[in-house]
Amino acid sequence: MSSTTGTNPTESATLTGAQSLIRSLEHAGAEVVFGIPGGAILPAYDPLMDSTIVRHILVRHEQAAGHAAEGYAAATGRVGVCMATSGPGATNLVTPIADAHMDSVPMVAITGQVPSSSIGTDAFQEADIRGITMPITKHNFLVTDPAEIPRAIAEAFHLASTGRPGPVLVDISKDALQATSSFTWPDHVDLPGYHPVTRPHAKQVREAARLIAESRRPVLYVGGGVIRANASPALLRLAQMTGLPVVTTLMARGAFPDTHPQHLGMPGMHGTVAAVGALQKSDLIIALGARFDDRVTGRLDTFAPDAKIIHVDIDPAEISKNRFADVPIVGDVGEFLTELVTVIDEDRAQGRQGDYEGWWATLDNWRQTYPLGYDLPADGSLSPQLVIERLGAIVGPEAVYAAGVGQHQMWAAQFIEYDNPRTWLNSGGLGTMGYAVPAAMGAKVGLPETTVWAVDGDGCFQMTNQELATCSINDIPIKVALINNSSLGMVRQWQTLFYNERYSQTDLHSHRFPDFVKLAEAYGCYGLQCDSPDQVDLTIEKAMSIDDAPVVVDFVVHKDAMVWPMVAAGTSNDDILVAREMAPSWDRED
Amino acid sequence: MSRHTLSVLVEDKPGVLARVASLFSRRGFNIESLAVGPTEMPEVSRMTIVVAVESLPLEQVTKQLNKLINVLKIVELESDSAVQREIMLVKVRADASTRSSILETVNLFRAKVVDVALDAVTIEATGDHDKLAAFLRVLEPYGIKELVQSGMVALSRGGRAMTDRSLRPVDRSA
Repeated sequence: MSSTTGTNPTESATLTGAQSLIRSLEHAGAEVVFGIPGGAILPAYDPLMDSTIVRHILVRHEQAAGHAAEGYAAATGRVGVCMATSGPGATNLVTPIADAHMDSVPMVAITGQVPSSSIGTDAFQEADIRGITMPITKHNFLVTDPAEIPRAIAEAFHLASTGRPGPVLVDISKDALQATSSFTWPDHVDLPGYHPVTRPHAKQVREAARLIAESRRPVLYVGGGVIRANASPALLRLAQMTGLPVVTTLMARGAFPDTHPQHLGMPGMHGTVAAVGALQKSDLIIALGARFDDRVTGRLDTFAPDAKIIHVDIDPAEISKNRFADVPIVGDVGEFLTELVTVIDEDRAQGRQGDYEGWWATLDNWRQTYPLGYDLPADGSLSPQLVIERLGAIVGPEAVYAAGVGQHQMWAAQFIEYDNPRTWLNSGGLGTMGYAVPAAMGAKVGLPETTVWAVDGDGCFQMTNQELATCSINDIPIKVALINNSSLGMVRQWQTLFYNERYSQTDLHSHRFPDFVKLAEAYGCYGLQCDSPDQVDLTIEKAMSIDDAPVVVDFVVHKDAMVWPMVAAGTSNDDILVAREMAPSWDRED
Repeated sequence: MSRHTLSVLVEDKPGVLARVASLFSRRGFNIESLAVGPTEMPEVSRMTIVVAVESLPLEQVTKQLNKLINVLKIVELESDSAVQREIMLVKVRADASTRSSILETVNLFRAKVVDVALDAVTIEATGDHDKLAAFLRVLEPYGIKELVQSGMVALSRGGRAMTDRSLRPVDRSA
């Protein structure tokens, strides 16, 4: 058997486990794998070299392989694949696997394991990665029999991509990769304990329609599930038809156009006053693929006290987990929205429809009185918000933006206008610093024709920027807007607000070291720097004009800028501050 | 907090017990008792799990359990509509002066002596949780040298079996 390429669906050939693995990946539709070889996974890399279907991208750290697979998956909707060897290779995947689990990213992680005869002996590079990842995967497998590899891969891809998507790990012992068995690609998966409900209950859909028509202060609370379910067109139809106000969570930016007049912005800890208020003062929250995260609800027992809840989610365990659902609906959010539109259409034909005029007057008032904004630094230095706002304005809504975690992430969520789903990638649930560069790399691999920007902080960037080498070598020309405030900005903000401005261990001195321009150039990228407001547009335009290599722009920004509005952790949404010691007045009538 | 008995059918796959046990611990639920064993179907095991929670958290833990790919079906067995049994082996201090009264207690509780030594007897008893607790209270004054107890196993009363219908999961709509 010289090659594993050229797949014949009816084949039943004798292959090594390694050949079987690569052929299974081909059958499963994988076009790219991000990974690093090592002892235990080594047999798999031999037939991988011959595959004309599966492209392997050699990264510099396994964590980046995982985030790249996530970025690829989030941008394209397809399953992202990463691969690593046993022990440290596998444990380096733990962070992106946990990240994918929190953010429901379809991902398959393949790891080599020590030979089955050595499992349990504390062999060299042995780690019980199946045990380690049990709580952070949708499911995982340990395969020690080569004949079971095709079934495990087929099931892994099926589990990762259906129902509530998530990461699935397949750990394969080295002897299983080396031994031979007959290869048969299963024509169906047999998982008797796995039957995700996609069709919403018709009675519940009618009940939802009734409540929507009767409510006076409704709001569509849109979560990342809407993007995962490709339900944006159905959401737009519902919103247009009903005039319902919309808020999109951090995970759902782009699920509904920011330019749409019914969009109130992002709710949550750093949400707009209008979006936070729309939830908080609502009498009916229609939660779509959202999970009432603590960053959205603030103090849970004071969250939206007057609201009834319609909660739609494909994962029944999310419903009534944090907030009791008056109308629980298990199913695919796209199917739900389509059916709801039909029911509401019939209701409206019979004259039953909601009246939200008074509610809109209130919402518009909040929106006009408390728009998102920022102050320019008095000393003439560069404002990070300005940089990000200009980036969005110049680059436009067709590009993909991947953020790290912290202040720059919040500003990128606030000040870039998203009009399309899958154009905003970030680590929402786990809050993984270092996500941006590898995720942007993965997105660019999946969408080579699309402009992909990483909006990163200087703290985050220094966790994973080694992947610039991967980008340069593999012709993956991402662009990086480095919002360099020389500190761990969000932590510093909390120290400013809650720790008497005692800046313990948050000064990274990155205005001195490293020299990011030289670092970019050392990695084969273009390195640009900008430290004055009047150069921002020119610098962004220059970065946009480069397409033959990655670009890193070091935006040297003011370090005292803060993210506002803010609902301090553990406090109520009622206590949102639009700026330091400045609370909005909810009841102002003018 | 109230005690609930969950009967859980699982695929007999490696690691399934670890998945179930770690799920309880990760979500902050305490398992009071756990028994695992084969069923009338090959490749299917049955876990009987007793957990002390209120009803809303119970719903949450049931839903989380249902998300495990190897979990096939979950039924809550109410104590008045199910037969519940635990088995206990207890080694009680017994000399010539106390042995006959201990044996009388054993008979009253329909337990049996499975081993006798000069200074002790070992008793086997089965029953539900309350019966075994009552039995222990009566034995305590004699001196309990050693005690081991199984997890609870339970089956619903009546003619229907949890596995009657095809192994489709219970209706998961909340």
